[in-house]
Amino acid sequence: MFETSTLNARNQQVQRLVRILFLMMTLFLIVPVLIILGTLVVKGSSVISIDFLFTSPTEGMTAGGIFPALLGTVFLVAVDLVIAIPIGISAAIYLSEYAGNNWLTRVINLAIINLAGVPSIVHALFGLGAFVLFFGFGTSILAASLTLAIMTLPLVIVASKESMQAVPQAFREASWNMGATRWQTIRRVVLPNAIPGILTGLILEISRTAGETAPIMFTGAVFFTPFLPQGIFDQTMAMPLHLFVVATQVPGVPEDLPYGVALMLIALVLFMNALSIAFRAWLRGKKKW
Amino acid sequence: MGNGVLTETGSGGDFDRRNTDWYMDKVVQALIFIGGISAIIFVAGIFVFITKEGLGFILDRFDFMEFFTSEYWYPAEEEDPEYGILAMIAGTASVTVLAMLVAIPFSLGTAIYIAEFATGKTRETLKILVELLAAIPSVVWGFIGLSIMNPLIIDVFDVPVGLNVLNAGIILGLMAAPIMTSIAEDALKAVPDRYREAAEAMGATRWQVIQKTVLPAARNGLLGAVLLGVGRAFGETMAVLMATGHSINIPGSVFDSVRALPATIAAELGETAVGSEHYQALFTLGIFLFMVTFVINLSADLIVRDTAKK
Repeated sequence: MFETSTLNARNQQVQRLVRILFLMMTLFLIVPVLIILGTLVVKGSSVISIDFLFTSPTEGMTAGGIFPALLGTVFLVAVDLVIAIPIGISAAIYLSEYAGNNWLTRVINLAIINLAGVPSIVHALFGLGAFVLFFGFGTSILAASLTLAIMTLPLVIVASKESMQAVPQAFREASWNMGATRWQTIRRVVLPNAIPGILTGLILEISRTAGETAPIMFTGAVFFTPFLPQGIFDQTMAMPLHLFVVATQVPGVPEDLPYGVALMLIALVLFMNALSIAFRAWLRGKKKW
Repeated sequence: MGNGVLTETGSGGDFDRRNTDWYMDKVVQALIFIGGISAIIFVAGIFVFITKEGLGFILDRFDFMEFFTSEYWYPAEEEDPEYGILAMIAGTASVTVLAMLVAIPFSLGTAIYIAEFATGKTRETLKILVELLAAIPSVVWGFIGLSIMNPLIIDVFDVPVGLNVLNAGIILGLMAAPIMTSIAEDALKAVPDRYREAAEAMGATRWQVIQKTVLPAARNGLLGAVLLGVGRAFGETMAVLMATGHSINIPGSVFDSVRALPATIAAELGETAVGSEHYQALFTLGIFLFMVTFVINLSADLIVRDTAKK
């Protein structure tokens, strides 16, 4: 009685073909990148050892390890967080708790989009003009971290804002009804409930900051320095710039060495990202409302 | 409102709520407002400071015709330096166009597969993979272009140099695709399910639903995704610097080496003296980049917001 008409059968066939076509496109995007990453792992893993991680480059950077670059990146990220957390979270609080639906909010959102969209090299020019020269910080960790913090600010703002907006309005109303001020409500009710989501955003921020090269090139990171950074006004080596240097600037580098540096950098970045994703999945399972 | 009256009569001082908490609230509100407008301050600051550094060049030396129509960029020449960015615009444009040819079909295809076909675990896994791909730093992409793509292109196409438009275009395409996929997928997800249900109720197959209902409804969001991808590719610095070959050239084919605008700043700024003409010229390039990406981002935002309203 309900036989499939030829038209229907044809449609079904088209449907199946289209599905396979889109699956192929997805795989075409993902598989080559996985192969490339696999190559990095194969070629790079022979270089990586405890020694590689904890010694300085030697013999004109053609041998030795990456310790100063690794430490420099940790410094840059730490100072970046000290700057980005208060600014980013207060911006998020404003947008989530205070901002009305008006022109100022629209301009702020537009500014956030632009901050994220401005090319990294323009951020580098800004960091050089503003922090290194105008404010007189010199090429230093402070100038580089300020540049990084401003560049990655949108990430912190957007993630924090979304997790604050996810706190149900009824929680706030309950607090206001008890006579709490706006700030008491934010501090005791909104922030504690939003903190896991904010943390997820901050982990992503660490991952982004650790991998950026252009913004730190002229503001605080140097190709090579025999000294480890002692304070925020020192110059430093950094992982991403170190990869650029050993891959392009230094003659006579053994073929596998840059693979080792690339693998370490990518492992660092992807680990932070995976952590953030796992954290988010765990949160979703735990959500009370 | 009655507080004032009561306070004045002296019988109800307790109703004046302006205690420490009240002042604290005001102070914090002011601080948070400053944080709130920080993004505006920073964007304005970027424009002010790069203009400040580049202004000398714009006032004294800038020649609109030379800047945009000359293909000769000889800023280090002692006698008669030339500042033409036409070749670099051609380089950036060729790489961006190729990147979009790679990224648009694959990112839209992937977004459609994730949003409309994949279910459950597959969908989650694909989304996580795409997110991880988006996290790979640009200098690592540059290194991949340099050490993996370069020999591959030389082998496959039998050309002398593998650092060219093709290499950078593919690298940039792979870089931009994950972000474009995420935004495109959001746009598809924003299409209400009742549209799909209505089409399905009429007997449409899944593909017909996508083609005739979902894609038209998500058109603006998808366009926004493409524009943001263009903005990313246009402004990308390190990967392009490492994969294009970085030689000034108006490309005749995809196998020609080129040089891109952002990469030029990255490669040359370190060699210039602060305040020199060359230094100021590089900041002028920065102003140009800032303006172009500003326009791209603004249009992407307007287009996406337009859909959100509907």
